[in-house]
Amino acid sequence: MGRVDKATAGIDLFRNKRVASLIRFSGLFGLALSVFAVVLLVFGKNPIRAYVDIFSATLGSSYGFSEVLVKMIPLALTALAVAIPSRIWLINVGGEGQLFIGALFATWGAINFTNLPAWLFLPWISILGFLGGGLWASISGFLRAKGWASETISTLLMNYVAILLVNFFVFGPWKDPESANYPQSIPFPDAAILPSFFGSRVHLGAVLAIVGLILFHFVLSRTRWGLEMRAIGINQEAARRNGISTYRYIIILMFIGGGMAGLAGMGEVSAIHGQLRPSLSPGLGYTGFLISWMAMGNPLGIVAAAFLISVITAGGDILQMTHRIPGAAVHILMALVLFVVLARRVGKVRGK
Amino acid sequence: MSKQNSKAMLKTLSVLVSLALVLAVGLPEAAAQAKLKVGIIHIGSITDAGYNQAHSEGMHLMKKNLPNVEVIQVENVPEGADAERVMENMIKQGAQLIIPASFGYLDPALRVAKKYPDVKFVHPGGYKLAPNLGTYWASTPDAFYLMGIAAGKTTKTNKAGYVVALPISFFLANINAFHLGARSVNPKMETRVVFMGTFLDAPKEATAANALLDMGVDAMGVIVDSPITVVQAAEKRGAYSVGYHYIGVQKFAPKGWVSGIAFTWGELYTRFAKQVMDGTWKSEALLGNLASDYLTIAPFGPAVPADAIKLVNDSKQEFIAGKKNTFQGPIKDNKGAERVKAGEFWPLTAIGKMDWLVEGVIGQPK
Repeated sequence: MGRVDKATAGIDLFRNKRVASLIRFSGLFGLALSVFAVVLLVFGKNPIRAYVDIFSATLGSSYGFSEVLVKMIPLALTALAVAIPSRIWLINVGGEGQLFIGALFATWGAINFTNLPAWLFLPWISILGFLGGGLWASISGFLRAKGWASETISTLLMNYVAILLVNFFVFGPWKDPESANYPQSIPFPDAAILPSFFGSRVHLGAVLAIVGLILFHFVLSRTRWGLEMRAIGINQEAARRNGISTYRYIIILMFIGGGMAGLAGMGEVSAIHGQLRPSLSPGLGYTGFLISWMAMGNPLGIVAAAFLISVITAGGDILQMTHRIPGAAVHILMALVLFVVLARRVGKVRGK
Repeated sequence: MSKQNSKAMLKTLSVLVSLALVLAVGLPEAAAQAKLKVGIIHIGSITDAGYNQAHSEGMHLMKKNLPNVEVIQVENVPEGADAERVMENMIKQGAQLIIPASFGYLDPALRVAKKYPDVKFVHPGGYKLAPNLGTYWASTPDAFYLMGIAAGKTTKTNKAGYVVALPISFFLANINAFHLGARSVNPKMETRVVFMGTFLDAPKEATAANALLDMGVDAMGVIVDSPITVVQAAEKRGAYSVGYHYIGVQKFAPKGWVSGIAFTWGELYTRFAKQVMDGTWKSEALLGNLASDYLTIAPFGPAVPADAIKLVNDSKQEFIAGKKNTFQGPIKDNKGAERVKAGEFWPLTAIGKMDWLVEGVIGQPK
């Protein structure tokens, strides 16, 4: 009980002093950048030039910025997958697996119903993606609600099962006979590829992510459900005695969270890859987990953290190109940023 | 705003200066000095002593051959949204030739190639072409057959083990070729194969290698992106090892080293760059063999007997001369079914259809 109280207090503090928090965050981010500047100097590179290149390549052109958005879409959705159940202190580590199952369901819908028109296809594969991720997560939710297994462990382990399941299909029944025996499904029909905007690769997934974030915020702050979730988060036993069905909340929130990750998988497989592959996700579910943690489950915080991570990833490639910096060095920058942001949070909770 | 203005002014100035230079030096001279930018994207680390390092070393040699070519290199690029962005950024930096050096970059590369018809792409091991996208690779079964001869002559326990990424037909063909080569000199030879399901997973590879060594295997081969883990596990336990991808794997297993199949891309990349510079590049599906300068048999280790080395070299010449076929019938698969009739052979152009393992190989092809 004590753990829960302290942690919720941490969130309250963050809400009340949002501006102060933002300033502190910027300071710590600056600290991470300065430490990495020293690393760059050790490599014999000019850190100022390096940072100018990172930011001008990602934010200085419409193309660079659009690519940051492309990167942010699945990260915001997988972060939501973690943030939604975290409202009642459920820890969903299974975003990666839910993403894969969402992609699996969407692929099933795309390659088996090739004659659908685009206006029907998009809701069809979106629903399937949501359903896939949601059902996968609600297995863990059910086990937790029954008190049979911790959702932290079961969601994590089910990631591996999900990836193996996708492998089963792409190595077996769904393998494209034209692909020289390489494990991938047949390409999606054109109508099943999410539309993109403004000649960039920013696709319909962006709209889904924004709607998801807004709905999440609205439900939390404006509805009875948000209030009940808060009550469960503060004291599960008291909430139960007041007639709130924690059992139902656990399963529903895991379902919606998983559905968000499933949408991320649907977006990646449809708009980015155009076919199902084992290399569908470079750990998007896990990065989403970190983002939700960095943002403390706050919708605006998720946008900010996903933006930051995307800029560093996209900018990191630029560093390799223009400054001949090895790829491993970019991981150092990412690790530094995560370290200062996450270390701050633990310190805050303990300090309270 | 003023910064942009000064940037624009600098740009105009530099254009004027270069124009003046061109006029001063004369146009033909300027054309000869034309600098080419080549971009290469790696799926993993360029120090993996394997797949990625082989490509990266190829770029190094190209740069040595053609000092006026500039290389833009990015490693650790996943096969999703990132690959296309990296390629586009390379083009924005002026790259005119791009090597997306992983099978899974093929479709992203095709999309970028369509968007930039003037930029040339060469993709390793692909199966699709575009007017500005060609493919290149080397057919490896003959080389694996030669490794089988060397390992079959060197082994003491008559058991070889292979740690392999995926059960795709190209890899099955390689293992089959290795085993047929080993059997040709050592009828008691048996080859065990373990599939990883992924191209890079060091802990899993170590477990698989040690499990094979526990079964009495004393000659280890490997088909994953980085051979280091498997080769080192073999060396540690006094077993022999056969390398793949990169020519410099021997240093990780100096004592037990047999030999290796290495991709030495340098001269090929030099040719690609020259063709793009002088405008003779054309899209084609290039498939090399043992006669090509980009498929190399690595130096032999101290454990390989002299007669084995001679036999490998002789057989290599027979393959090059077309007097020898790796998949010469009769061949049965490891379930007893006849796959190639006596007097016939399975052509190397059809290995994409090979979904079985030959008799004496212990493992499941599916």
